[in-house]
Amino acid sequence: MTRTVVRATGLTKRYGSFTAVDAVDFTLEENRIYGLLGRNGAGKTTVMQMLTGQIFPNDGQLEVFGRTPAEHADVLRRLCFIAESQRYPDAFHASHVLKAAPWFFENWDAEFAKRLVDDFRLPLNRPIKKLSRGQLSAVGVIVGLASRAPLTFFDEPYLGLDAVARHIFYDRLLTDYAAHPRTIVLSTHLIDEVANLLEHLLIIDQGRILLDRDAEEVRGSATTVAGGRAAVESFVADRAVIGREGIGGLASVTIDGRLDQADRVRAAELGLELAPVSLQQLIVHMTGTDLRADSIEQEVAA
Amino acid sequence: MDESRPIFIQIAEQVENDIIEGSLSEGGQIPSTNEFATFLRVNPATALKGVNRLVDDGIVEKRRGIGMFVTQGARARLIERRKADFAAEYLRPLIIEAEKLGIDIEELAGLLRAERITS
Repeated sequence: MTRTVVRATGLTKRYGSFTAVDAVDFTLEENRIYGLLGRNGAGKTTVMQMLTGQIFPNDGQLEVFGRTPAEHADVLRRLCFIAESQRYPDAFHASHVLKAAPWFFENWDAEFAKRLVDDFRLPLNRPIKKLSRGQLSAVGVIVGLASRAPLTFFDEPYLGLDAVARHIFYDRLLTDYAAHPRTIVLSTHLIDEVANLLEHLLIIDQGRILLDRDAEEVRGSATTVAGGRAAVESFVADRAVIGREGIGGLASVTIDGRLDQADRVRAAELGLELAPVSLQQLIVHMTGTDLRADSIEQEVAA
Repeated sequence: MDESRPIFIQIAEQVENDIIEGSLSEGGQIPSTNEFATFLRVNPATALKGVNRLVDDGIVEKRRGIGMFVTQGARARLIERRKADFAAEYLRPLIIEAEKLGIDIEELAGLLRAERITS
């Protein structure tokens, strides 16, 4: 039986008249890797800031390890939040950060941190101000991994990290997670790169949760059907359409729902091309403007 | 990994192919869930689901504290099952494409024989 680590009910955050997070309900279960995905300004960081007690919700209930996170040291001790652009005191070197980290994280593994410093080739004795953007991100990634916090948040952790360093991050994350299971929330724009690492997806748009499902259920759940307009339209007629494009007599329609063997044979007979939709493309469809235009059309029609 | 199908099914199929091709023998040990996860860069829960599918199908069995092993008779059962799917998965698309191009059954049989000789 898995334990629930986070339970949010009607969680809301307003900034003046702007509602950044709008009455969202979700739970995070113990020892899973979550993807918190969405466009810029969707509310991802605001959600994570509330979960880590950095800001207060205006409304709703929030329990982290069974309690309100803010001002509860026993909860905060079990959290690690790696922010997109973490600031450090001016005179700090990376070595100072690594020295201070065990004061905040009871599971801190100094040996692991040292190995990560080598992996990322991070200069320890240079002022943090003088580090490159990627090296600065490496500091955060190292702290996030070596903290082994029971609930770890990575908010766009790798700005400026090159492809090699990002893959080192994914590899170390997976091996260490396998050896020391914990709950990890990964928020990123590089969706296709991390898609296979995620066990569960939370897609947020305009402060609301659009999708809350296991990654495996989502994978392969949408298909793009392309070909002659009439053939495409007849094929998708009684299916849930999530995206539509076309020029002239050609159409390309993305549908929700798995296709079985009979569907595939029928598509082949109609001369249609079927293409899988990657998680990234799916999110573009779900949070992009084409969907909204469609749903408005449906509302008008209804 | 292919985008269109669940990863756990692909992991299970990879093991099945190794068994059918003989690179993984009956009684042999398959990699652990964590080895699959780190090697394929997928979530360990996904890898576990793939392995569990093989367990449910009786292709591998768990020996507590040691690992997962290919069962006796797994290869014959897999071949049996693949043969049952062969027509729908391979022959049907072949026939549809052949009909589109106006290739009749006789000509198709000839092409198959010729292809077999050259390959």
